[in-house]
Amino acid sequence: MSTSTATLGKQRTPIRPARILLHLFLAGAALSWLAPLLWAMYSALRPYSETSEKGYVSWPDTLNFDNFTNAFTQSEMSHYFANTLVIAVPAVLLTLFLSSMVAFYVARFDFRLNLALLLIFTAGNLLPQQVIITPLYRLYLLIDLPGITMSGKLYDSALGLVLIHVAFQSGFCAFVLSNYMKMLPHELTEAALVDGASVWRLYWQITLPLCKPAMAALATLLSIWIYNDFFWALVLISTGENMPITSALNNLSGQYFTDPNLIAAGALITAVPVLIVYFLLQRQFVSGLTLGANKG
Amino acid sequence: MTTDIPAKSPEAAAVPPPGAAPVKQPAKQGHQRLLTRRDRLTLGLMAGLPTILHVTLVWVTALASILLAFTTWDGIGFDTIKWVGFDNFKELFTNNPQFWPAVEHNVVWFVVLILIPTPLGLFLAVQLDKKIRFSRVYQTAFFLPVVLSMAVIGFVWQLVYNPDTGLINSVIGANEPGKYIDWIGDPDLNLWAVLIAASWRHTGYLMILYLAGLKGVDPALREASALDGANEWQTFKNVIFPTLRPTNTIVLVVTIIEALRAFDLVFVFNKGAEGTELLSILITNNIIGESSRIGYGSAIAVVLLVISLAVIIPYLVATFRKERRA
Repeated sequence: MSTSTATLGKQRTPIRPARILLHLFLAGAALSWLAPLLWAMYSALRPYSETSEKGYVSWPDTLNFDNFTNAFTQSEMSHYFANTLVIAVPAVLLTLFLSSMVAFYVARFDFRLNLALLLIFTAGNLLPQQVIITPLYRLYLLIDLPGITMSGKLYDSALGLVLIHVAFQSGFCAFVLSNYMKMLPHELTEAALVDGASVWRLYWQITLPLCKPAMAALATLLSIWIYNDFFWALVLISTGENMPITSALNNLSGQYFTDPNLIAAGALITAVPVLIVYFLLQRQFVSGLTLGANKG
Repeated sequence: MTTDIPAKSPEAAAVPPPGAAPVKQPAKQGHQRLLTRRDRLTLGLMAGLPTILHVTLVWVTALASILLAFTTWDGIGFDTIKWVGFDNFKELFTNNPQFWPAVEHNVVWFVVLILIPTPLGLFLAVQLDKKIRFSRVYQTAFFLPVVLSMAVIGFVWQLVYNPDTGLINSVIGANEPGKYIDWIGDPDLNLWAVLIAASWRHTGYLMILYLAGLKGVDPALREASALDGANEWQTFKNVIFPTLRPTNTIVLVVTIIEALRAFDLVFVFNKGAEGTELLSILITNNIIGESSRIGYGSAIAVVLLVISLAVIIPYLVATFRKERRA
């Protein structure tokens, strides 16, 4: 910064005030950008009795975390977090596993099909979910899985959600990973192949370890997307108890979160895991997003 | 797309120089000769299994949507499927009071996202690209809504819009009986209210895309322009913006798709009640609503599918063609 002002200062004199103005603008904009969230936080920290008496825009007498604890315990949110975990962890791992295999095939073996294959995967990922939901819903109702899922069907089961997440998201990941693998030096795999390594070894022991940065970025992105999914669970899960947290929020807000303060607390609690992931892995998230900017 | 935005991430720096490309061809032929039968089987499974899963759940169902759109079916047993030709579409286009408003709202959604978050995201990106202090802090603030789910965003903005207790009405004094402004219920207002929330999220996303694009702009271009005596705006207009073309294409596609996918936010807000109908909402109402009309819902899905593919296919074909040339 100091160097840039120094060099620019020779050409244009009034650089300092402009910078200060810019900082004032950006700080103001950033603060107003966070305003809705800060407002939610403020409402959540105040007891309902106080806000209903004094109004929501008023100076606080009490600020505490009661709404958060109440929202969390009354609605048994931990149960829904567990549901999300059961869906998201296998879905993320399976998506990365399957899409890296497709990417490896597309990037390393120039068979006739590979461009078409990549096109199918990527286009599929860009479709609005609602385009396929009607037949998908019927399909899930038709598939009987007695003893495998609690519902005895693919419908209303965690397995069903995992499968659709994997199928849908693998398109995006295959695209990103194949681009990444194409950048890896070919000599590595060539040498291994000449040495008689099997294709599997080439993939598992040589290519995958080199893809760690891309895989980490995608894992971050996928975790947040799958955690945030609202639609699949809304339609493909019928029992409220089986819903992951994001979709459950809608039911909970009617049943347990009876006042705006509790709704605010419930919504913010739901946001906590993604915020933690975001603050810890911001770089991963952003690089993943720009790695494959075709994501809708 | 990776190749569209050069050097936007540390990974992208690993792109081999173009000179390395011709080596690929003979190497690949060498590959195939060395493969054993077992290798071929492994490869077949590696590409095949994920493809089967993806194609079955995404493309077969998309195809089934098209077929079902020409039938009526109550969902109980396959023998009740009846072929009705274009009846569903006829009814949809002429006799559904929600259909044309929904189409209109999807279009408005796109137009608003292009008119507000796109220039705003670009503007913020340009400011944050100036090597200023705290750039990362500002970025984090603007980008924060993007990591939140649309459902959470819906709830957070309800706290802003609520007629009784919301921030806006409380501040402007419209939270008393007789003075209510119903941001969520009023059909003349609710779409705009939702769109503000949608724009709030979309701006951060576009800012990140543009920041990545701007990192790829050659600094020498900027310097040359400054030496020519161009001011900041002239440099941006004549030098920077033209080089952002690939990013603009991505932004356009991302925004169209976002407008077609819009669902969660509206569903959380008011379930797509009057004023906020969307194609995605109409389709979903035909599944989880009281009137479960499979063929009819599929017909709406086909409309959405056709619009989506009209955008997706040309974009991807162009992208892949460019990649192949590269």
